[in-house]
Amino acid sequence: MADAIRIEKLQKRFRVGFIPKTREILKGITFSVREGETFGYLGPNGAGKTTTIKCLLGLIRPDAGTIAIFDRPHSQPQSRAALGFLPENPYFYDYLTAREFLAFTADLFGLGRAEKDQRIPRLLKLVGLERAADLPLRKYSRGMLQRAGLAQALVNDPKLVVLDEPLGGMDPLGRKEIRDIIVRFKDEGKTVFFTSHILQDIEMICDRVAIIVGGRIVKEGGLRDLISEKVLFTEVTVSGLPAQTFEGLGESVTTRDDRVLLRVYDEARVDEVVGLVRDRKGRLISLSPRTETLEDIFVDTVTRT
Amino acid sequence: MKIGAIAGITFKEAKRDRILYLLFFFAALGIVAARVLAVLTVGDRVKIIKDVGLASISIFGVLMAILIGTGLVYKEIDKKTIFTLLSKPVHRAEFILGKFLGLVVTLFVMTSAMALIFLAIVYAHTLKIEGSLLVAVAYIFLELVLITAVAILFSSFSTPILSSLFALAFTLIGHLSWGLELIIRKMRPGAGRTLVQGLYQVLPDLENFNFKTEVVHGLPIPPGIYLSAFLYGVCYTAFILGLAVLIFRRRDFI
Repeated sequence: MADAIRIEKLQKRFRVGFIPKTREILKGITFSVREGETFGYLGPNGAGKTTTIKCLLGLIRPDAGTIAIFDRPHSQPQSRAALGFLPENPYFYDYLTAREFLAFTADLFGLGRAEKDQRIPRLLKLVGLERAADLPLRKYSRGMLQRAGLAQALVNDPKLVVLDEPLGGMDPLGRKEIRDIIVRFKDEGKTVFFTSHILQDIEMICDRVAIIVGGRIVKEGGLRDLISEKVLFTEVTVSGLPAQTFEGLGESVTTRDDRVLLRVYDEARVDEVVGLVRDRKGRLISLSPRTETLEDIFVDTVTRT
Repeated sequence: MKIGAIAGITFKEAKRDRILYLLFFFAALGIVAARVLAVLTVGDRVKIIKDVGLASISIFGVLMAILIGTGLVYKEIDKKTIFTLLSKPVHRAEFILGKFLGLVVTLFVMTSAMALIFLAIVYAHTLKIEGSLLVAVAYIFLELVLITAVAILFSSFSTPILSSLFALAFTLIGHLSWGLELIIRKMRPGAGRTLVQGLYQVLPDLENFNFKTEVVHGLPIPPGIYLSAFLYGVCYTAFILGLAVLIFRRRDFI
């Protein structure tokens, strides 16, 4: 499969402060995003995620290295013709309405009137802004601005969608809607490159991830390759029995009211716990095996680096 | 089309700026006040009305070009709307040209409105429409176009306050540089004269666009002067815009 994005040995330094000091933000990062995949770009604050995206979009000039978008050098504006971008914070012309703003962005892609008339109402419907389409953007909440931002990122029906923290500032319902839209991109064959602090979302949506720490890519690969299926421990919630009943079988995490939450690390002992509950006339509330999550990998990687 | 879209949004943004209307109000006040001034002064009243009216259009037009021009590019960077704009297939030169054209259209509308008030005041005195006055206004507009390019050049790398000061200095120097010609004539040949001559070549000469005296007093103007002033304005503006694009292309938007 061809690469939608190919970044090689990308370096960027900034001179900061009154007496300028050089700060190296990107220290020769290399990774690629394949066509059609959903790629998560993770890292703690200040790791270089947004700088990478700004280099990709031509907003920042790299000091060294190459970036290709669908095999075209990123420095050519035409390389962004099939790209849609949603910035981390929605910075738009607040005196325009969502409809006017989408028409403006469509003009920047050189879309004709017929295409605009067809696409703009469809996008407003997709992001749920039909009823607020003729309100000026300054009257929008942050969540609504995020939706308007997503609509403008899709105005050119892009093959590659770059989303910088697309789920930030959204309420749980809005987050789910945006997540569903991203999943739909995958079904439509679009490539999605996105950053997020909400690791559960990344885990739910992404095919592959890269973790950047201190300007270096420290981990990259398929989500299934990175996260093992091995059960780390099993969480068992029991009621009607004291915590002491399970001494030696597992670690008691919390005891509240009548309930005990146990963490059983040895899989073989889970059956013993269940048998004990049955014998002592207790009640088993829940039993959930806990496998490794992206959050475990992320925390482990960042801590070790 | 992209340049047109950026120009359109710039025009929309510029016409929301209150400074524009404040300056327009004072320009209109200046033009109308010329009538009062004419009554209080000894001499040809119509000439005074024309003189003060054209000066008002010129001064307030320059202030509009500088105060709005220096803020437009800066605002895009400061409010980070530039991220959305430049992440599209838009060349940075298209951005600069779009901003420039948007402001030129704004200034055209404002200059036309000021010219209309001015012509109406003159008509009230002479009962005739004087086309030659429009020639003077057209060259004032050409000067504004050049100053707009200068304002955009400075705002592509500096803050609005500094850019305004630089652009204002450019305008003042541009109107005073003709004095160097007189100095050159009085200087003896040598290194000093060569230096002043070099300086005169480099500095702008905005007096090339000043046809106020000739138009007000009905003096003849050789046709070649119009053309050379026009070409001077177009070439200088293109040079300044080229410089602005060169600087803007190298900028990082953090």
